[in-house]
Amino acid sequence: MPLDGPALGRPGGGAMIELKAIRKAFNQGRPNEFWALNGIDLTIEAKKVTAFQGPSGSGKTTLLTIVGCLARPTSGRVRLAEDDISGLPERFLTGIRRSTFGFVFQQFNLVKGLSALENVMLPAFPTGRPHRELRSHAESLLDRLKLAHRREARVEWLSGGEQQRVAIARALVNDPQVLIADEPTANLDTALSREFMGILESLNAEGRTVILTSHDPLVVESAAVHRVVSMRDGQLVEN
Amino acid sequence: MNASIEKQRHLIDFTLASLARRKTKNLGLLLVYTLLVFVLASVSLYTHALRQEAARVLERSPEIILQRMVAGRHDLIPPGYLERIGRIRGVQTIEGRLWGYYYDPVVKANYTFMAPAAEAVRPGTLTVGPAVARSRGLAPGNTISFRAYSGKLFAFTVAGVLPHASELVSADLVLMGEADFRAFFDYPAGHHTDIALSVANPLEVRTVAAKLAAALPDSRPILREEVLRTYASVFDWREGIVLALLSAAIFAFAILAWEKASGLSAEEKREIGILKAIGWETGDVIKMKLWEGGLVSLTAFLAGFVAAYLQVFRLGAPLFEPVLKGWAVLYPRFELVPAIDGLQVATLFFFTVFPYMAAVLVPIWRTAITDPDSAMRS
Repeated sequence: MPLDGPALGRPGGGAMIELKAIRKAFNQGRPNEFWALNGIDLTIEAKKVTAFQGPSGSGKTTLLTIVGCLARPTSGRVRLAEDDISGLPERFLTGIRRSTFGFVFQQFNLVKGLSALENVMLPAFPTGRPHRELRSHAESLLDRLKLAHRREARVEWLSGGEQQRVAIARALVNDPQVLIADEPTANLDTALSREFMGILESLNAEGRTVILTSHDPLVVESAAVHRVVSMRDGQLVEN
Repeated sequence: MNASIEKQRHLIDFTLASLARRKTKNLGLLLVYTLLVFVLASVSLYTHALRQEAARVLERSPEIILQRMVAGRHDLIPPGYLERIGRIRGVQTIEGRLWGYYYDPVVKANYTFMAPAAEAVRPGTLTVGPAVARSRGLAPGNTISFRAYSGKLFAFTVAGVLPHASELVSADLVLMGEADFRAFFDYPAGHHTDIALSVANPLEVRTVAAKLAAALPDSRPILREEVLRTYASVFDWREGIVLALLSAAIFAFAILAWEKASGLSAEEKREIGILKAIGWETGDVIKMKLWEGGLVSLTAFLAGFVAAYLQVFRLGAPLFEPVLKGWAVLYPRFELVPAIDGLQVATLFFFTVFPYMAAVLVPIWRTAITDPDSAMRS
């Protein structure tokens, strides 16, 4: 089995991610043990936009962390482009995460005190990509997201919408095949939410797979979303 | 290879940006840490230089000094002793010395009066040490009078002032002719204070000392190497006393530095979570923090050490001089020759930089191995 991230992250099409009998427990073996996911079987298609919806505590975000290699399932198998990645050590998961997935977090999770440009460049630092090349790539991403004029501004000075676009640029800097967004419109007004969906559509049109969670009807009912997966109590409600 | 250099460059860039972002914390830490290195380095540089200085001065002193003992106390050497020693093989020169202490009530200080055999001091004149000249405002040609212990008043003309270079041992020295010395102290004729012997072969010094002790059982041979060792232990002891006195402050500083360095704020923990989530490995986070700790501790070490060097060798160690140099009314005024001991620097480096790196790394390591999904849940 090839272990390096890039090889795993470049499928030709069809099934991109397969989840089999995924269970995830928190505080296992303790009195406060809690099963966030309870037997998930799911196939996520490549180059499509898939949305997870469900009430708070339904397990959407936990599922997203497992799909995005941020956490390992307690039991079950995760296959990424035909390769079983469930048992890989942390180091390899990090490699896969870096090269295959780009993340847009609900709170954006930008690093305060750094400029928009520096934030965008951060995920590429461990790759050792030449500085000049990296900088110009990050600038072109900000330019594409209409943020070129704000690239030197510290992220805490940016508006919510601008911060989200910086987060999107950061997610794209390593040119990932999959974009993962957790409640991307939770902190945005309607106009900005529509703008985000527009960006999402264009990224999908480029051939990227998009996986997101949301309660927002504007997202789950959008034409840009190809498939909605509903969840409740750690299980899929309909597929 | 290039990618790994480029990666380190990125990590350093990020580290510098991080340091700049937490300016107040890092500057405070740097200041405390620099002060800590400064104090330790000052004490260590100063005592090392003093030991070197004492060794340099004593290089020219006789290999053996013989003192006569009466009831366990130092007594005068009676006539005839010099001749008895002369017959011991290996002894190159032998000289009966005349010296004593004089308390000058004018400046409330003790002087060492001496009648040197090698250089003749004309009767009625004195050559004084630099500290004596300073305290009494003397210059060649001046007249000065001392009241002897007998009550008689003696007047002398200052013929010269001893050179500044040997001030560590000559600060309080007053040189006079033999006749003047004997008259001033009512010193019995033919008697000496002690006997200085020079032995050409260093390997023979102990044999000669043993022979002296056998030939003159009421006398005590004192070897130069013993004096050197005593000086070394006196300075070591003083260094220890200063460090003991400062230990509370040093500990307080060290604890503060440890706390500052090891205490990770919620913001820093959050950042580590974000970095891991966006693809940084645990090793990358640790490397970045190693750069951070390395930059802070090396800067502090260099700044503290250079400041200590300047304080000791350029400014004359005004902060620690009174304790480290000893106690005396007439302090010698001299400039130390810069002397740095590699082992001493390495020890200081080890005891300041390494604990700091540990203080930085332990909590980072703990945070860096946490699951990256924490970023998703913050």
